[in-house]
Amino acid sequence: METTETRARPDAGAAAGAEPAPRGLTRRALLARGAAFGMTLIVGAGFVTARDAAWAVEVTTLKPETMATLIQMARDIYPHDRLADRFYAVAVKGYDDPAKAEMVEAGIAALDAAAQGRGFDSYAGARWEADRTAILQDIAQGEFFQTVRSGLVTGLYNQKEIWPLFGYEGESFSKGGYIDRGFDDIDWL
Amino acid sequence: MANPARFDLADDSVVVVVGTGAGGGVVANELAQKGVKVVALEAGGRYLPEDYINDEWDSFGQLAWTDTRTTSGDWRVARDFRNLPAWIVKAVGGTSIHWAGASLRFQPHEWKGRTTYGAVPGANLLDWPVDAEEMAPWYDKAEAKLGVTRTGDRPGLPGSNNYKVFEKGALATGCKEVHTGRMAVNSVEYDGRQACQQTGFCFQGCKWGAKWSSAYTDIPRGEATGNLEVRDRCHVMRVEHDDKGKVTGVVYKDKDGAEQRQKARIVCVAGNSIESPRLLLNSASPMFPDGLANSSGQVGRNYMRHTTGSVYGIFEKPVRMWRGTTMAGIIQDEARHDPSRGFVGGYELETLSLGLPFMAAFMDPGGWGRPFTSALDSYENMAGMWVVGEDMPQETNRVTINAEVKDDHGLPVADVHYTDHPNDVAMREHAYAKGIAIYQAVGATRTMPTPPYPSTHNLGTNRMSEHARDGVVNRHGQSHDIANLFVSDGSQFTTGAAENPTLTIVALAIRQADHIAAEMAKGNL
Repeated sequence: METTETRARPDAGAAAGAEPAPRGLTRRALLARGAAFGMTLIVGAGFVTARDAAWAVEVTTLKPETMATLIQMARDIYPHDRLADRFYAVAVKGYDDPAKAEMVEAGIAALDAAAQGRGFDSYAGARWEADRTAILQDIAQGEFFQTVRSGLVTGLYNQKEIWPLFGYEGESFSKGGYIDRGFDDIDWL
Repeated sequence: MANPARFDLADDSVVVVVGTGAGGGVVANELAQKGVKVVALEAGGRYLPEDYINDEWDSFGQLAWTDTRTTSGDWRVARDFRNLPAWIVKAVGGTSIHWAGASLRFQPHEWKGRTTYGAVPGANLLDWPVDAEEMAPWYDKAEAKLGVTRTGDRPGLPGSNNYKVFEKGALATGCKEVHTGRMAVNSVEYDGRQACQQTGFCFQGCKWGAKWSSAYTDIPRGEATGNLEVRDRCHVMRVEHDDKGKVTGVVYKDKDGAEQRQKARIVCVAGNSIESPRLLLNSASPMFPDGLANSSGQVGRNYMRHTTGSVYGIFEKPVRMWRGTTMAGIIQDEARHDPSRGFVGGYELETLSLGLPFMAAFMDPGGWGRPFTSALDSYENMAGMWVVGEDMPQETNRVTINAEVKDDHGLPVADVHYTDHPNDVAMREHAYAKGIAIYQAVGATRTMPTPPYPSTHNLGTNRMSEHARDGVVNRHGQSHDIANLFVSDGSQFTTGAAENPTLTIVALAIRQADHIAAEMAKGNL
């Protein structure tokens, strides 16, 4: 089932996600120990965090820059402006795994090389989404892109925390279904 | 069950039924009700309404048949879901747990596809050896068993938000035959099962039991007779025969992985249109080197999966299509045969919704970027419909054994090969245009003609024929070659018709059980 959408059933633990701050570091300490990366992220030794340090992902196997690029790549594959970076971070943090590190480092290196081929320093250094999308198109037929994309189908969209942002209400049996909760309440027809 | 039947492996007086879905579950119960001893072997486990999960991926993990299969042919499923040709169930009750419940009779002309449509180049059309008049009383029994709405004195279901959008668009574009469907989903309490609570998640198993499934109707009722033993997690590997060419039983792997041999007086194969031909082909022997019941060479051929596709529309304001019965709305105006549209046969349009996780997986498999995500951003404002139309049987669309790939039991897996016939393509294009027009008439700001999902309607791979040279089974589902070998599922279908197949599978199963019991009583079987 290597390339099917159904291959990557979400890890039960994946949605546990990005922690507020790793290893007891304060937001200030996190920010002090990192450097700005791409549009919205900060990377430091062993972590990737948001510009405001509202969340952070520990990275133990991959280079932190690789994880930061992967998070940007995930957003650019499935860009939803109302979804915070932390949901994309959750979706890809499973790649911080010794068994996958070689594949991911090579894939991100190829992505950066594609960016350089279009005149950018790196993928994350391209400031416009349209530019990054064009770079992704260059690698879109490759196995790395397809692995990341198909993994996101479940890794991103099966995070229950994002469902309300799309209006989706999820499980309904425990609430008695919708027979008394608006299955036919459309009022604009 | 207080005292479930237990039959000895060496008891050669039993009927063995392989599979417990709409075909196998019904034939097993109907035989048990008539006093026939039945052993039903089911590859999957037992799950009941309290076990079903209102979560698309978790439910898929619980119920779906995910044993390896391979795909080939031009269909997009082979590219996007190469090891998942079909979205069907591995459990006691089979795909009757997953089906949406749409229960439509074939139109009379659809029993006679070859006669009605004439010779269609590239199609292997054939008339069924039965017709509408002969099937009518069996449909009556099937509708009563399933509690089909808008049949008998059963009222229709109420219309959901998704239906109201669909209905308004249908009427605005001149459709006349639009209603909330003939559904095996109770609109009022019926047969000990309660009414639909508009929960959604019909595809994930109905937690109320409002939708008919053999899992919690025919199976326990058959067991209650003391004549039916269901052995779950038992995967049948091959059907065996004697030197006279009669089948003698089956060899299966039990739930502990041990190989067992159950003797049988009769074997009924009902493993769905992928597993049933796979089993017959994997049962090849020196006497039947091409597989059992395959003197015609038609076992595995003429695989049909309906001409499907979906249309989703996005509107300015919320629809919330996931609320309520998944498929409780139908437009039947295009179900007729009218070759002036550029194709033979017809199609139904039926409401459908997917939750956000499956919408992401199925809306445009492989899609990404803003064109994809901007559609999902409007998920709350989407309405959805599904196309189900008659696809052409083609000899080259077929289930074969892929000797290169083995399953967990060491058995060669099935390869499912499918390529659209030009008639299928023309029909789908017509249906997309119709669906788009319907939603545009209600003010859709964007419409999405969505490609077919992995097949839920799998048909035709052991087809019924008047003559032994043309097909695998006769008018009773009895194999032309081996008198005590029957096929009891949708693989019997000679042609697919435009209608969702379950009601017809059930009607054929009731009729087949009646025939088998009568022939046993006469000593002919």
